[in-house]
Amino acid sequence: MSSEIDEYNGGSVLAMLGKNCVAIASDKRFGMKLMTLGTEFPKIFQATDKIYIAMAGLATDIQTLSELIRYKINMYKLREEREIEPTTLAYMVASTLYERRFSPYYVSPLIAGLDKNNKPYICNMDLIGCVTTTNDFVVGGAADDCLLGTCEALYEPDLEPEDLFETISQSLISAVDRNAASGWGAVVHVLTPERVITRTLKTRQD
Amino acid sequence: MTQRLELPKGGFNFENYQRNVALEQQGLKLPTPTKTGTTVVGIIFKDGVVLGADTRSTAGSIVQDKNCDKIRYMAPNVYCCGAGTAADTQFTNSLICSQLELHRLATGRETRVCTALTLVKQMLFKYQGHVSAALILGGYDVTGPRLLAVAPHGSTDKLPYLVMGSGSYAAIAILENRWKKDLERQEAIDLVQEAIEAGIFNDLGSGSDVNITIIEKGKVDNIKGYARPNRREPKCRSYKFARGSTATLNLSAVTVTEGDAMDTS
Repeated sequence: MSSEIDEYNGGSVLAMLGKNCVAIASDKRFGMKLMTLGTEFPKIFQATDKIYIAMAGLATDIQTLSELIRYKINMYKLREEREIEPTTLAYMVASTLYERRFSPYYVSPLIAGLDKNNKPYICNMDLIGCVTTTNDFVVGGAADDCLLGTCEALYEPDLEPEDLFETISQSLISAVDRNAASGWGAVVHVLTPERVITRTLKTRQD
Repeated sequence: MTQRLELPKGGFNFENYQRNVALEQQGLKLPTPTKTGTTVVGIIFKDGVVLGADTRSTAGSIVQDKNCDKIRYMAPNVYCCGAGTAADTQFTNSLICSQLELHRLATGRETRVCTALTLVKQMLFKYQGHVSAALILGGYDVTGPRLLAVAPHGSTDKLPYLVMGSGSYAAIAILENRWKKDLERQEAIDLVQEAIEAGIFNDLGSGSDVNITIIEKGKVDNIKGYARPNRREPKCRSYKFARGSTATLNLSAVTVTEGDAMDTS
């Protein structure tokens, strides 16, 4: 699953579904192979008030694609005079990726958000835009194999926002500590109908 | 001078191609897209078609999705099972699906399965096998029950029972042995279930549940999880962490407001 390209700049992302809430998290590392160059590299982008999109993979593509998606979301908002829905955004990103089917961006995006009825939604996609929507958790990046293991063990359905935060944070930290290309802190956003709670985690710095 | 970013007009975009070739020449191994792995089957019975699929999608040896849907809508009377690169099957399906919808609106007639087949095969042949979608199309149209398959290069088959995907060897063994003409509805469903289960248990690329779709004259039955031979035993204890377990550095909460507040000044 994770390939050499994922390890080039490093970084991992994760999203989980809770009871009327979603959480999305990432580490903060930016490196070049074994050399760490930055420890504040943003991988989670706000799409709307209630949707976040996280991307792991090749850093240059994360930045290019996030700007392209930002442009498309803004154009959608101007054309339609309403906010984009999470499923719509997922297929917008997927189409953007599939358009480059034969010259892909090396990214694994995750989308987490609440729709207009505040129903939580998460999905991930592969580098050419194959959307996978689940009702538990989705992962991506250099430590994705580790993340699948930790999430599979620690996740349980219908967690309240506070409990979801603990579960997603512990899953992320445990996985990222076993992946040299990820780490150096982590950010967790918990999205509820009322507010978005953002926390920075205290983690190992090696 | 500022360059305007144009919205795409359709067709594939090759702007990253040379960069990606350069990265490959540097010795970086490129990631593999999600494959469906898959066992999908379709059989014709007395008065319709039964399609069946497993629900596992894989990336290498990692199970990407334990419960994905491989039987997809094409037209009200046509459904499609996909095997191959997951994104290719997904996008081929939705592209042809929208063309069929427009075709129905233009002609005012029910879609024929062979129309769907022709659109798919012409598209796949155009891309010379680079779009790696292998599809089984099943439907009931004015000519009766129809079951057709397309391979990634655009070649097609018309057979009374069909299989696709990595589990096709396991599934075809069951069908070769047990399929006969004019099966009853329930017999057909049981046979499809058994063929898919052969794939689930004997092919690593296939797994989880059996999804079944039955298409008859003017009637479609979608049964998700017709058989669930691989339920995971629920955890007997909770793994919930006590609140406050995770050390945090800082916290910020942004309150979401719905729309702008009305200006009453």
